[in-house]
This record gives sequence, structure tokens and C-alpha cells, in this order.
Amino acid sequence: MSGTAQATDSGDERVKDISRLRKALIRPELGGMVGTVAVFTFFLLFAFDSGMFNSQGVMNWSIVSAQFMIIAVGACLLMIAGEFDLSVGSMIGFAGMLIAIFAVTLSWPVWMAILVTFVICIAIGAMNGYIVIRTGLPSFIVTLAFLFILRGFTIFLPQTIERKTIIGGIKDVAEGDWLAVAFGGKIFQGLFVWLGDMGLIATFSRGSRMGEPVVDGIPMLIIWAIALVIFGHILLTKTKFGNWIYAAGGDAEAARNSGVPVNRVKILMFMFTAFCATIFATCQVMEFGSAGADRGLLKEFEAIIAVVIGGALLTGGYGSVLGAALGALIFGVVQQGLFFAGVESSLFRVFLGVILLFAVILNTYIRRIITGER
Amino acid sequence: MTMKLKSFALAAAVAAAPFVTTTTASAEGERYILVSHAPDSDSWWNTIKNGIALAGEQMDVEVEYRNPPTGDLADMARIIEQAAASGPDGIITTLADPDILEGPIRAAVDSGVDVIIMNTGTPEKAREVGALMYVGQPEYDAGYAAGLRAKSDGIGSFLCVNHYIVQPSSQERCQGFADGLGIDLGDQMIDAGQDPAEIKNRVLAYLSANPDTDAVLTLGPVSADPTLLALEENGMAGDIYFGTFDLGGEIVKGIKDGTIEWGIDQQPFLQAYLPVVVMANYHRYGVLPGNNINSGPGFVTADGLTKIEEFAGEYR
Repeated sequence: MSGTAQATDSGDERVKDISRLRKALIRPELGGMVGTVAVFTFFLLFAFDSGMFNSQGVMNWSIVSAQFMIIAVGACLLMIAGEFDLSVGSMIGFAGMLIAIFAVTLSWPVWMAILVTFVICIAIGAMNGYIVIRTGLPSFIVTLAFLFILRGFTIFLPQTIERKTIIGGIKDVAEGDWLAVAFGGKIFQGLFVWLGDMGLIATFSRGSRMGEPVVDGIPMLIIWAIALVIFGHILLTKTKFGNWIYAAGGDAEAARNSGVPVNRVKILMFMFTAFCATIFATCQVMEFGSAGADRGLLKEFEAIIAVVIGGALLTGGYGSVLGAALGALIFGVVQQGLFFAGVESSLFRVFLGVILLFAVILNTYIRRIITGER
Repeated sequence: MTMKLKSFALAAAVAAAPFVTTTTASAEGERYILVSHAPDSDSWWNTIKNGIALAGEQMDVEVEYRNPPTGDLADMARIIEQAAASGPDGIITTLADPDILEGPIRAAVDSGVDVIIMNTGTPEKAREVGALMYVGQPEYDAGYAAGLRAKSDGIGSFLCVNHYIVQPSSQERCQGFADGLGIDLGDQMIDAGQDPAEIKNRVLAYLSANPDTDAVLTLGPVSADPTLLALEENGMAGDIYFGTFDLGGEIVKGIKDGTIEWGIDQQPFLQAYLPVVVMANYHRYGVLPGNNINSGPGFVTADGLTKIEEFAGEYR
């Protein structure tokens, strides 16, 4: 690719012409798009007959990708604003445990347990941001502290209250709750029954659910993921606030001088990250019916990996939500797909490492084109 | 850009290498997947991997081991769903948290995959989720058998050092032991915590307060090793009747030099090996044992120790 601009006859010297190819190339999500195509081609070739692309298999990697997407959207916006959050994984365990304690141990109505948990977790997110702003410490350190603080409470609380580290029984108390359905329910169930009846997707061959489709709807988890990606994308690209996020992460001082409320933007992004983690936790708790002290371990890195594969810069100021979503999709498809392809699970990390490295190299190349570095 | 393409092709080739080898290696035989709840760091499960590998080789079936890398049980549920979607002949799994795992396991059973529960769970729960059977060590029965054994050795009182008080099965071990002896558990079980120094000092404190205690029961290497040190310190080593659950380097040494009477082994090798053999025979000839299988308790004493030392961590 030469990158030379096509000569045109537009007279305005202030407007620089860029070729379409080059225009396409400088999109932050290009790496993610290339990766997605490559990964799907790869698995279609190597794992087509393995069940990866039947209804159950597709649902499996879609759910895992959707999980990554939910936390990646938050991590992406925060990273563009120039900060990190390492407490995401602990926040997932902590939020789930709060819901379980409120709803099961204290017998609150489930909707109230969920709402109060959201308030507490978003407040902790705000505290994360406030400490970073106030002390000027790197967010790496501050959120690392919260990684331990929240994990500690997640183990301590249920042990003190219930003498165990897993609290179950949430499914029973969430029965019929109006808010719980928004996180643990499924939609389009009729469509899937129809598909099953038509013989287009697999149905149960025995047991009490014989004849029903194995995949019986789209879980709300996936809806949340899509909604968050759309929200994040619009916020970032179509609003003034989106420009503020880029500015805060690019050069905070310059942004302040031109009137961007950098501190507020950053704290809000910390809160949004906590919000995303809490959505993840709520969906998980509602789906599985229990909260455990070990939930969400290492999820903070998985979020960051998805964002980085998706083309965001660790230094802030650059990236896109669509890229992060594609990164999450790649991550989920690879993680689940390797199993379908029959690869020893320990090699999953090797492959992930290769993808991560390749994505970063490609993204650096793209950035050089944009900034004109050589 | 051509450089870019070249390096991409290279990266793809490198990444593809493991696939090519593994996919062509797949045999004709049945395919079984064992899913555990253990994080990567848990070395106890190594024996399990050896167990399914040997069974797979002997029965000429394909076996795979899967686990959530961090031990996250929600991830384990996904792995079970994924295993079911890949259409294996059977899934062998633990039932670490019924709330989380019941759904995926039942869905797998309903979609036509046979399931055997191993290691963690109970025969009742296994039946409830529609599994063929449960293979493991019923903790209460193991404790009870140990109690009977101790009773015939003339034991009338004991101390149960519980380092994992939050786990119900730990308490079942102590309770079973007391019932086997035919005495009341009472306050003979202590919450020892997980820290070796704390465990050691609590054992010392209990034994100096109750010097007439006949026996000590520990529930695994975590509590057995510090208890050994405590007994050496107060001079009771070799004198007091000492039994323990599970095996480990120090425990095997203790059994060898006579400090420890016996170790109760739940035999992880059998927990992995038997389900594969049972399933393969079930799928080929339709034969199935009519009941659950107890892999333990297997008592390890000084008599049979050479084999155990030889295979410790591999098949024992």
C-alpha cells in the first residue's frame, strides 16, 4: 500500500484528500475486523463438523463473547479516557455476592437487592476515580488495591454471615421478579420453538423436555452486550461527551486548557466500568442462581485483552467501542473454538498470546499510518 | 503491506500447527470429556489426568480433560455446555455447586449425552440430575469405616483436626469417625484454620488440655503435616494413635516410620479411570453396574507402602 493520495480537482487547499483505501485503513477497528474474519475462516475450516456451528455451539461462544463484550465496553471507554481498572474481576464477584446476601440472607425483594447493589458498586467506581484524580496516583495502583479489597470482602462477608463461600438459592427467590427477568430471562423463545419444530435446530431427545429446542431463546446477557456496545459507540462518536473522552485520554492538560472537564469525565468512566461489571455479575447470578467468592477471577485482564485486540491504545486517547466488541468476539470465539477443534486446553493461552501480539503489531502499524510516524 | 501479509501467514501457520496434529490424531472410538472444578494450580488432579489417559488407552476411546483455569464455577458451567454441544458420547464431571451445574448437566443428559458424576457430589444428587452413577468417596462412610477400624484397635476418644470447617464434607468425616467408634463427637472436633503455625499450636493446646486423648484424626496434608510437628514437639509422636485422610509426602513418611497408623485414600485414579471404563462398556455392550461406585476409602498402611511410594502423585 503506497498511501499516496489520489489527485483530485477539489480546489480547497485546507482539505486534504485521502484515498478510500487509506480512509478504511485508519479506522481503529480495522484490526478487529481482520481478526474476526481470520478467526471465523480458521474455525470454519478446522472445526466445522465439531458442533461449534450448531445451535448449541453458536449459543455457547456467543454467550462467552457477550460476557467479554459487557466488561470490554466499560474498559474501552475508560482506557480511551486514559485510565485502567484492574478491579473489574473482583467487582464482578463482589456485586454477585452483594445481591446474594441481600436477596437470600436478608430476604429483600430481588429488584431491591439488584438496585442497591448497582448503587453501591457504582459508588465504589466513583471512589476509584476520585482517589485517582485526587492523589494523582496511577490508576493501575489504585484499582489494584481495590482488586484485593473487594475480593477480600467477597470472601469475608459470606463466611461471616453464612459460614460458607457460595450462597445459593437465588433462582427460587428471583422467581417472578420483574427486574430479575431483565438480567436472567430469555427472549424470542417462540421463534426457537418454531425452529425446533421445523427441525432446523437440535431438540432434546429424551427427558422431561423432549422435543423442546436445546437452545430455547436469546439470553438477556447478549441483549445487554449489544445494547451497551450501541450505547458506547454512539456516546463516543456522535456526542460532545465522546470528544471529551478522547481529549481526556489524549492530552489531559491540553484538554483542560480548552475547557474539557477532564476529572468529571474520568470519574464518570470509572463509574461506567463499575456499572458494566455489575451488569455482568447480575446476569451471572440470575442465570446460575448462586454467588461464589471465586467468581470473576482474572476477568479484568480479559476485558483489557479484548479492548487491546480491538485496537485501543494502552496510553489512552485512541480506540473504538466497535473494535472492543470485535475484540471480545474474537476472544470468545477463540477461547471456545479451540476446544471444539480438539486442541489441548493449555495451548489456548499460546494461541491467545499469538493473537494478542499480532493484533498489537497490526494496530501499531495502523496508528503509524494515521500519525504519519515512520 | 506485503511484509504484513507474510508475517500474517507466518503467524497463522505457527498458530495452526497444534490443530493439525491434534485433529488428525483423533481415533474412531467413543469420545469422553472429563470436566473438573479444579483450577490449573491444583496438582491433586494430576492423578485424574493420568487415570483417564490410561483408561482411554486401554479401552481405545478418546478422552479429554477440561477445567476452568481459575477454578471459577460459572466458567465450568460454560465448559459443560460447550462439551455437550460438541456431541461427545459421555461427560464425566464433578458436581461442585449444584445451583450452578445442575442446569447444564441436565441439559446435556436431555440432549442425549451420558453423564457420570465423580469426586464431588453425592449419589442422590447424581440421580437427581439424571447421571448414570456417582463414583467417589462418600465422606461419612469413609469416616465411619475409619471409626470402626480404630474401635477394633481399642480407641475410645479422639481429636479431629478440621482445617476446612466451611466445607460440609469435612464435618461428615469427623462425624462418621465418631459414629464408627460409637461415641459422641461433642467438642472433639476443632476448627484448626489453614495456617500451619496456628494448626500446630491449636493441636498442642488441645492435647495439653485433654492429655487422655487416645487418637488424632486429620483431614488431609494441610492439617496432617503441622499435627505431625506438634506430636514431635510434645513427645506423643508414635505413642498416640494417628489416622489421616488423603496422602502426601509427609503422610507417607509418617506411615513408613510408624507415627501414622493409616491414611484414608479416596483413590483419585479410580475416580477417573472407572467412569471411562464403565461408559465404554455401557456404550458397547449395554452393561452398567447397578449401583454407585465407592472409589474410597482405601486404607494405606505400612504394609503396602512400596507400591504407593512408587506411584504417589501418578496413580495414587
